[in-house]
Amino acid sequence: MGVELKKDGKELIALLSGDIDHHTAKQMREEIDSQAGLDKPELLKLDFQHVDFMDSSGIGLIMGRYKLMQSLGGRLRVINVPNYIARVIRLSGLDQLGVLEKDVEHK
Amino acid sequence: MKPINEMTLSILSRSSNESFARAAVAAFVAQLDPTIDELADIKTAVSEAVTNCIVHAYKDAIGVIYISAKLFENGKVIVRIRDKGCGIEDVEQAMEPMFTTAGGERAGLGFAVMESFMDRLRVTSRVGRGTSVTMEKIIARRCVQNG
Repeated sequence: MGVELKKDGKELIALLSGDIDHHTAKQMREEIDSQAGLDKPELLKLDFQHVDFMDSSGIGLIMGRYKLMQSLGGRLRVINVPNYIARVIRLSGLDQLGVLEKDVEHK
Repeated sequence: MKPINEMTLSILSRSSNESFARAAVAAFVAQLDPTIDELADIKTAVSEAVTNCIVHAYKDAIGVIYISAKLFENGKVIVRIRDKGCGIEDVEQAMEPMFTTAGGERAGLGFAVMESFMDRLRVTSRVGRGTSVTMEKIIARRCVQNG
C-alpha cells in the first residue's frame, strides 16, 4: 500500500497502490512531491493499475501533481486507470486537462 | 416498508477510520448481492460522507460519526451518516461541485460524487448541531435466492 517511485531517464513513475482516500493521499502526495522536487522530471507518470479504491481525494492528488509539474515546467500523465476509478475522474472533469490516456474517456 | 435488516455503527472521526467505514457498509450491503460496480459506488459515496465529517464537521476536534444502513426487500439500501459537528451554514452552496472551504487539495466534489453514485441524496444540517446525510440506492435484484 502506498507509492513506489521509479526513475526512468527524465521520467518519474509513481506506482500507486491500495486505497486512495483523504487518509492515504497525504502520504502519497508528500512522497511524490519530495522526489519530484529532487529529480525535476520532464514527465511524471501516475500509474493507477494497483489502486483498489479511490474517492475524490484522488482527484485532489491528480490536480495537485498537475500544478506541481506545471511549476516545474514538466508534464503529467495518468496511466492504467481501472474502470471504477475512471468514473470519479470523469465526474471531476479532469479528463479536460489532457493528462489521461485516451481510453479512460470510453470506460 | 420495513427493512429486512439494519445496522448501526459509531466511530471516532479519525481519518484512519475512513477505510473501515466504507468497508463495513460494503460488507453489510453485500447481503443484497450487489455487482462490483454497485458496491464501488456505495463505498465511494460513504467515503465522501465520512471524510466530510472528519474534514469539516469535526475540523479541530475528534467527534463521533454515526453510520446506519438499512436493507429492504426490493433491493433498496438506505445509508445515513450523521455527525454532531459544526453544521453547514448554506447546504445548497456546500453541495455545488468544486465548492470547498477546506483548501489544500480538497477537490470540493464530495456531494457531487454522492449525488452521482447514489440514486438519492438528502442533506440536512443545523449550524452548531450537526449534519445528516441520507443516501439511497437500489441494488438491482438478480435471480439469486439467499438466506
